[in-house]
Amino acid sequence: MTYEELLTETALADKRVIVMTAENRALVRNLPGILGNRFIDTGITEQTMIGAAAGLALRDRTPIVHALASFLTMRAFEFVRTDVGIASLPVKMSGFIPGFLSDANGPTHQAIEDISIMRGIPNMTVFAPADEDDLVKMLPEIWDSADPAYTRINTRQTDYVHVPFELGKSEVICTGTDVTILTYGLLFEQALIATDLLKKEGLSVGLVNMRSLKPVDEQAILQAAESKLVVTIEDHFLTGGLYSIIAEVLLEHQKTANVLPFALKDRWFKPALLPDVLQHEGFTGKQIAEHILGYQTKYIQPEILKPNFAE
Amino acid sequence: MNDKDYNEERLHATALKVREHIVRMSTGGGCFTGASLSAVDMIVYLYAHFFNVNAANPYDNDRDYFFLSKGHDVPALYGTLAELGLIEKERLAKHLSLDDHIYWHPNTRIPGIEFHSGSLGHLPSVALGVAMDIKISGAKNKVVCILGDGELNEGTCWEALLVANAYALDNLFFVVDRNTFQANMRTEDLIPLEPLAQKFEAFGAAVKRINGHSYAELHDAFNTYPFKQGKVNIVIADTIRGKGLPSIEERADRWFCNFSGEEVAQLLLELHGNANTHLTSETLVVR
Repeated sequence: MTYEELLTETALADKRVIVMTAENRALVRNLPGILGNRFIDTGITEQTMIGAAAGLALRDRTPIVHALASFLTMRAFEFVRTDVGIASLPVKMSGFIPGFLSDANGPTHQAIEDISIMRGIPNMTVFAPADEDDLVKMLPEIWDSADPAYTRINTRQTDYVHVPFELGKSEVICTGTDVTILTYGLLFEQALIATDLLKKEGLSVGLVNMRSLKPVDEQAILQAAESKLVVTIEDHFLTGGLYSIIAEVLLEHQKTANVLPFALKDRWFKPALLPDVLQHEGFTGKQIAEHILGYQTKYIQPEILKPNFAE
Repeated sequence: MNDKDYNEERLHATALKVREHIVRMSTGGGCFTGASLSAVDMIVYLYAHFFNVNAANPYDNDRDYFFLSKGHDVPALYGTLAELGLIEKERLAKHLSLDDHIYWHPNTRIPGIEFHSGSLGHLPSVALGVAMDIKISGAKNKVVCILGDGELNEGTCWEALLVANAYALDNLFFVVDRNTFQANMRTEDLIPLEPLAQKFEAFGAAVKRINGHSYAELHDAFNTYPFKQGKVNIVIADTIRGKGLPSIEERADRWFCNFSGEEVAQLLLELHGNANTHLTSETLVVR
């Protein structure tokens, strides 16, 4: 099932759903014809779209809103915080091309602080699926909840079949005592490769697909902290993302851990096509594993597919 | 540059080279081909006859400031800067490469690009600030900002106009690349803009509406300024998406293009009048 198929099914089954976009139709191409006046395109007006979504939600609608992640979370930030957050309205935000998925667009389009700023809003919930299978397994719960939500849309295909989703719960792929990798979003694919490689090198390795960043699965984090090394992998600034979340959880529980973060340290990433970006920034599975191991290996990095969308 | 230099033939020749650069960048990942082709003629004209710009010193204090708020037009700007000698033509072959900084939106690593863009509706305000300081300092530099018509959806464009009017910034020029498309739709089918000239006039601007592919009309419009003392200058340039390539002109699905090498070869011929282009690559509906 694709994102658009799930959205169509959901909107047809629930008359409260209104599909909105700020002129970003890549994932809702067929919805205007199917939904009629329950499809609203406000043009390139992210702030106005969010304000209008709040108004629709006041009338008991569930707006599912679409825009590029950077403009949805940042251009409209104060509208999200003030109109959706303060009123705690069930506006469901779908952010397109988040993180590394903005590949060659440049810093204006790089949503790599979205997790940080969205989770800072009281009442807001925040999600980052690993691939399209994960996305369509997570969204029904997210859309069904009464809370405002921000989801990093990720329609990439992987071979991995995910377990059913539960709000606030991560997906534990495997457990280990030497290293536990915590990740979210499209880097799950690279984390799987890294896990496989580390296991081949003889390490006991755990891997967790975080899925829900707010509420976060504290038990999974505390469990991971039991291994000798915790690794966080995210296409996000180091500040405010998963690394920060883990620090907050450990501090709250008066625990400590040896944590190695893979994140963007106070800078934007080099714009290029996605496979080149991952290689250049050191986020391929092989690079991650070798960084953890501290030595080069003979393994070959599997091909990284280019995205289907430019903007 | 002064009026004596005006030479339409030379402008056409430069614009053709810029269009060739755009076509060559429309592969190996692609670029905003349809979007940027509508802006080629105005950008070439402005650099040739309106801007005070010194290729040897693009950051000269007396230069005019150019802001490309419609970031999708950047292939046209890359091509123009290459033809002017502000960047080496060879660099355009590094489009999307890790070895350079030539990607889908403007950035200041490219000499001649004053400010990054890509998030629509930002540069009207940045241009406003620059124009304000030029007035405060008693300087004479002109400030020109190209806007997309779809970009006018963003409320910040209109906020900047309100403020520019309040401060009587007649050193500030907004040029609207009015190709009547936004992404994959007609502007008038989504968020209608017309009557656009009247909207701008109601905001206090002095407005001219011209054919954005006619050098004679561009030259006539920009020949004297300010258009009206104490008023913001606005040129609505009616343009054609994909201008120069009949096989993609006026097409909603050719905003962004990622052609095969064979298609690029055909499109280069098409620029020179060969009308046998047969495009087989998938049309990209990207947003």
